[in-house]
Amino acid sequence: MHIVVCIKQVPDSAQIRVHPVHNTIMRQGVPAIINPYDLFALEEALRLKDRYGGFVTVLCMGPSQADAALRKALSFGADDAILVSDRAFAGSDTLATSYALAAAVKQIHRDMPVDLVFAGKQTIDGDTAQVGPGIAKRLGLQLLTYVAKIAALDLEQREITIHRRAEGGVQLLKTELPCLVTVLEGINEMRFATMDDMFRAARHPLKIWDKAAAGIEDLGKIGLKGSPTVVSKVFAPQPKARKADVIETHGNTPKDLAATLVTKLFSHHPQIERQIAGMAS
Amino acid sequence: MSDVAPKKPASGRRKVELDPRLAAYRGVWVFVEHERGATHPVSWELLGEGRKLADQLGVELAAVVLGPPGPPIRYACEEAFHYGADLCYLIEDPVLRDYRNEPYTKGLTALVDKYQPEIVLLGATTLGRDLAGSIATTLATGLTADCTELNIDLENRSLAATRPTFGGSLLCTIQTLNYRPQMATVRPRVMQLPERVEPHSRRVIEEPLDLVESSIITKVLEYIPDDRQNEAQLAYADIIVSGGRGLKRIENFQLVWDLARVLGAEVGATRPLIQAGWVTADRQVGQTGKTVRPKLYIAAGISGAIQHRVGMDASDVIIAINEDANAQIFDFATYAIVGDAMQILPALTEAFSQHLATIRRAG
Repeated sequence: MHIVVCIKQVPDSAQIRVHPVHNTIMRQGVPAIINPYDLFALEEALRLKDRYGGFVTVLCMGPSQADAALRKALSFGADDAILVSDRAFAGSDTLATSYALAAAVKQIHRDMPVDLVFAGKQTIDGDTAQVGPGIAKRLGLQLLTYVAKIAALDLEQREITIHRRAEGGVQLLKTELPCLVTVLEGINEMRFATMDDMFRAARHPLKIWDKAAAGIEDLGKIGLKGSPTVVSKVFAPQPKARKADVIETHGNTPKDLAATLVTKLFSHHPQIERQIAGMAS
Repeated sequence: MSDVAPKKPASGRRKVELDPRLAAYRGVWVFVEHERGATHPVSWELLGEGRKLADQLGVELAAVVLGPPGPPIRYACEEAFHYGADLCYLIEDPVLRDYRNEPYTKGLTALVDKYQPEIVLLGATTLGRDLAGSIATTLATGLTADCTELNIDLENRSLAATRPTFGGSLLCTIQTLNYRPQMATVRPRVMQLPERVEPHSRRVIEEPLDLVESSIITKVLEYIPDDRQNEAQLAYADIIVSGGRGLKRIENFQLVWDLARVLGAEVGATRPLIQAGWVTADRQVGQTGKTVRPKLYIAAGISGAIQHRVGMDASDVIIAINEDANAQIFDFATYAIVGDAMQILPALTEAFSQHLATIRRAG
C-alpha cells in the first residue's frame, strides 16, 4: 500500500499580526508550521501503514525552507519526502497549485503506484479547501472530503469505506482505490515522534524536484500565468466603529449593573424582550 | 506638450479585454443546496445577494437545482422563485438522490457549458466546497472561497470577491478577470436572508443528466443523521451567550450555560476555548467557526479580536462584558459592561430571571 500525503508549510496564522501603519502582514518571527489539518492526514496515513504495512510519501509544494516541514513529517514516521519547489510556481492560486501537485503525484506513481492521496481539509493561510478537490479531478480520482473516519479499507477488493461529514449528518460512502481523501480535524490524535524516527529524519535525503523533475509539461498552467484568480486588493479590515452605551451605576455593583442593563435592553428593544419571554425555560 | 507620464492603472484594476467567447457568458447563477429533502437556507441568502449582482450587471438571476425526482426538488424550485430567481435550471435524476461528487459535478458542469453564466455562487458548506472545487478545476476557472462581500467592478463587468485571509487578520479582494464563469462560495449567514415574496416568474428549464448508476463509482451506503437534540443550532439562533478566554477557567464557563438557559439562548465560544476542550467545536463562533446573526449576542470575557468579530458583528444587539476597558469588543458593542464576567454573568442571570418572572406574573 502506498499513500501520498500532501502537506503545506504555513505561517502560524494565530500569531499573524497586521502592521498598524502599512497594512501588511508582519511575517517576521511568526513560526512556520505544518498546516495543522495536514497533520491529521499524515497521522491517518501512518495508522493505515501501521495496520496494513506499506509506504508513506509526504509531498509538499513550497519554497526551499519548506524542507523543515518535510523533515518534521519524516520524524513522525513517513518513509519518503518530496519538496516540489521552483521559482516558476510563484503567484500560484489553487488551480495552478493543484496542477503542479497532480503532476508530482503522477510522477510519484510512475516510480511506485499510489493507492491513496491524503490531505487536510484546508490550510490555515488560504482556507480555501480547493486544492484537494483539484488534484482529484486532474488525476481522475474519486474525491472524499470532510472525512471524519475511515471505516474500512479492503486492499484486495481495492475498496474504501468512510464517514463523510454532511450538514445534518454523516454519509457512509464506499468507493474504489485509488482515491483522494481530505480529513477533518479530530479524526485522530497525532503520535509522538520517536527518537529513532527523528534521527532518521535528520539524515534522510529529501528529494527536491523542480518543475521539470515534477513532470510539469504545460508551463502556462503554473505560477501567475496558470492562475485565473488575481488579488486586486489587500487591506486590513476597517470595521465600522460603534459607540457603545457603557453601563455604569453609582457604586457599579454587579447587581446594579445587571439591573440597569436589563431595563435598558428591554426598553430599547422590546422585540428582544418578547423573544426571551416566549422562549425561556 | 505635457511632461506627465501616462497614468499607470493600479494593479488589478486594469481594463481587461475579455476574449469575445467569454464575454458572451451572461447571467448570475446560484446553486440551490438540499439534503434529505430539505433546502439549505444559504441558497436563499445567495439568491438575495445574486439579485443585487444581477441587477448591477443587467442580467438574469437563475437558481440551479439538481436532485432526485419528487416533491422536495419541485418545492426547491418553487421556493427559489419566492426568493427572486428569474428562472430555474433543473436536473432531476435518481442518481442525484444523495450528494456525491461525480454526478453533481457532471450535471452542474454540463449546465454551465450549455448556458454559460458569468457568475456561479454556491454556499460554503461541506457540499458546496466539495462541489465548487471540482467544478472550478473541470472548467479551469477561478474560484474564491468563503467570501464575505461580493461586488461588481463595472469597468470590467467582473466580480470583486472579498474574503478574509490569514485567519481573518487581513481581507483581500479577488477577481477572475480572464476566465468564465467566475465562481465564489459564501458561508451560511454571512449574507442576509432576503424577504420571501410573490414570484414574478416561474420559468423552469429542465435538462437530463446522462449518467447511469452503474457507472458511478462512489456509493452511498447509509446516512446517519446527527442527534439534533444535543447539537448547537447556532447559525440560525436568535439569542446567543458566548464565552471567551476572559472566563479564565473551565468551571466558569458554567455561568454562560446558566445565563443561556434563562434566556432560552444558544451557547457559543471563541476558538481558544474549543481548542482547550471547554466546549465542542460546533459552538465555535468566528472566522473558522460559525457566522451568526442573532438578535442578541452576549459576549463574556471575549476580547473581540477580528477572528471572532467577523463571526458575530452582524448581530443586532451586542452586549460585551470584559474587565479590560480597552478591549476591542467595546469598539463595536451596543452595550458595554466593564467588569469581571464571573460576577456580572450570575448577576445578569438573576436580573433576567427576576424580570421575566415579573412580566409572566403580570401577563
